[in-house]
Amino acid sequence: MSGHTTELVVFALLFLLVSAMGFVAARWRRPESIESLHEWGLGGRNFGTWITWFLVGGDLYTAYTFVAVPALVFGAGAMGFFALPYTVVVYPLVFLVLARMWSVSHVHGFVTPADFVRARFGSPTLALAVAITGLVATMPYIALQLVGIEAVLQAMGISGHLPIVIAFAILAAYTYQSGLRAPALIAFVKDTLIYVVILAAVIYIPAKLGGWGSIFDAAKAKFDATPAPGDGILLNPANQVQYITLAFGSALALFLYPHSLTGVLASRNRGVIKRNMSALPAYSLLLGLIALLGYMAIAAGTKPVIGENGKPISNTIVPVLFDQMFPDWFAGLAYAAIGIGALVPAAIMSIAAANLFTRNIYREYLNKDATDAQEAKVSKLVSLVVKVGAVLCILVLDPQFSIDLQLIGGVIILQTLPAVALGLYTRWFHKGGLIAGWALGLAAGMWMLYLIPNPATGKTHFGGSAFALSNLGFDTKMTVYAGFLSLAVNLAVAALATLAFRAFKVADGEDATAREDYFADEGDPKVKELDLSAPH
Amino acid sequence: MTTPDPGRPRSDRSPWNWLLFVPILLPLLTFLYNSDGPRLLGFPLFYWLQISFIVVGVICTTIVYRMTR
Repeated sequence: MSGHTTELVVFALLFLLVSAMGFVAARWRRPESIESLHEWGLGGRNFGTWITWFLVGGDLYTAYTFVAVPALVFGAGAMGFFALPYTVVVYPLVFLVLARMWSVSHVHGFVTPADFVRARFGSPTLALAVAITGLVATMPYIALQLVGIEAVLQAMGISGHLPIVIAFAILAAYTYQSGLRAPALIAFVKDTLIYVVILAAVIYIPAKLGGWGSIFDAAKAKFDATPAPGDGILLNPANQVQYITLAFGSALALFLYPHSLTGVLASRNRGVIKRNMSALPAYSLLLGLIALLGYMAIAAGTKPVIGENGKPISNTIVPVLFDQMFPDWFAGLAYAAIGIGALVPAAIMSIAAANLFTRNIYREYLNKDATDAQEAKVSKLVSLVVKVGAVLCILVLDPQFSIDLQLIGGVIILQTLPAVALGLYTRWFHKGGLIAGWALGLAAGMWMLYLIPNPATGKTHFGGSAFALSNLGFDTKMTVYAGFLSLAVNLAVAALATLAFRAFKVADGEDATAREDYFADEGDPKVKELDLSAPH
Repeated sequence: MTTPDPGRPRSDRSPWNWLLFVPILLPLLTFLYNSDGPRLLGFPLFYWLQISFIVVGVICTTIVYRMTR
């Protein structure tokens, strides 16, 4: 343990610095009052290109991603690299969609995807379905950020849960105090650290290991030697479709998560969003390089930390690699980057979850006449509860449970796509059709995930997201991303049910939005008039 | 920033938008890159070509943004 003293000191110092920043953030770009939900939850909705870039980047590329993606590449090879095409595809895919979402949200004062669905389809039930789906998908994601911090702590030889409880208590305190401003300000530090660490890693480590060529050769030799058929530094016929559908399905899902939308809605105008769609891929480059840390770990002969249950903890692979390769002070810096990297998304996710609860459950069902101050208060409290829940998830349950839940989360959040994303383009679907599609898509997704085993960990259910087509009676080894198939079920059901509801002339909901709302921009009288970000 | 044209309803339609399909489709065509060679700086084709798709994405979204604002 003594060998990690320098790392610990650097880690602790940077962590404290960032925490101090979190508290100061309340005063940064401060409006006259932080008491309204818009101010607290969306930072006043006036973030420009740079802040949005840091905020959304810090939000999407989480600490968990930074430890889990290379761990996946370490274990399975090319399949783990799906994160790269995923983050290339996503930005052109949502380029126009997010601009529409920004406009309609700013005209009508929407804070969550469920707000939009409520107004667009005139259905509180559908909105509730979207809100609950968002909450269920986000919660395990927050818990996973703790897994990211834990991986770093384990690599420094620290076991036990106390440090995580402290870290999250600090996080909870400053989000309570500063709202979205805290993660926006901290994201600057986090990203600067991450970029420095990764640039150093991709130059320094390959130089020590004899160049990129030998790193890939070492990885190839390792995978050739293992009996597992699915691994390798290239894809094989069985997992190519899984690779494509997982990349595409994940890209479709990313901006359906309420927390991704929170960052987008906080930007100043449509131009900020569109410019970010060109600038955010800088993080994809980073992610691609981070993924390759998995191969560097193979070439360096890195061994993951062995957990208390005697099994190796695969997520510790990157922290251990840093410990092995870097001088202690720099490894400490790298650990701080990952640790702080967990705080930014955790803060935004808990704010988004709190907004969902407040707007779509509390105000809709519990207190219809809630004032702005009441909403902000409930939202702040829920954000605390959500974080305590995440800590409890890790303390009480097996962390594997959170990982499984997050896997399920990706599949279920996709079921909100017809209402949220297609809803921005068309009002063709009947609200009943969307509810039916959502329900059956969920059922199909859960059924498929249940059938997926993971031979590597000995699990028989919920062992991954690669659904074998042989389950449907096809004579093939091919696998497909379960989320993609369940979305297809959802869309088919939604379309058929819509036709049926129309045929039987079942009443549809009112659409409270107008066509031009989807193109309104900053300076538009409608945007100004209805934007509630002005102090009350 | 566009100034709204009062005579014409605003829209986000533009032929330039088709360009967005290039970076959406390219990374999903595994046959383009699922091979070890030719290597570039030691990177197998699988890795360097996919990483270079990032640049394609940036170029396409930038062009669409510039041409449609």
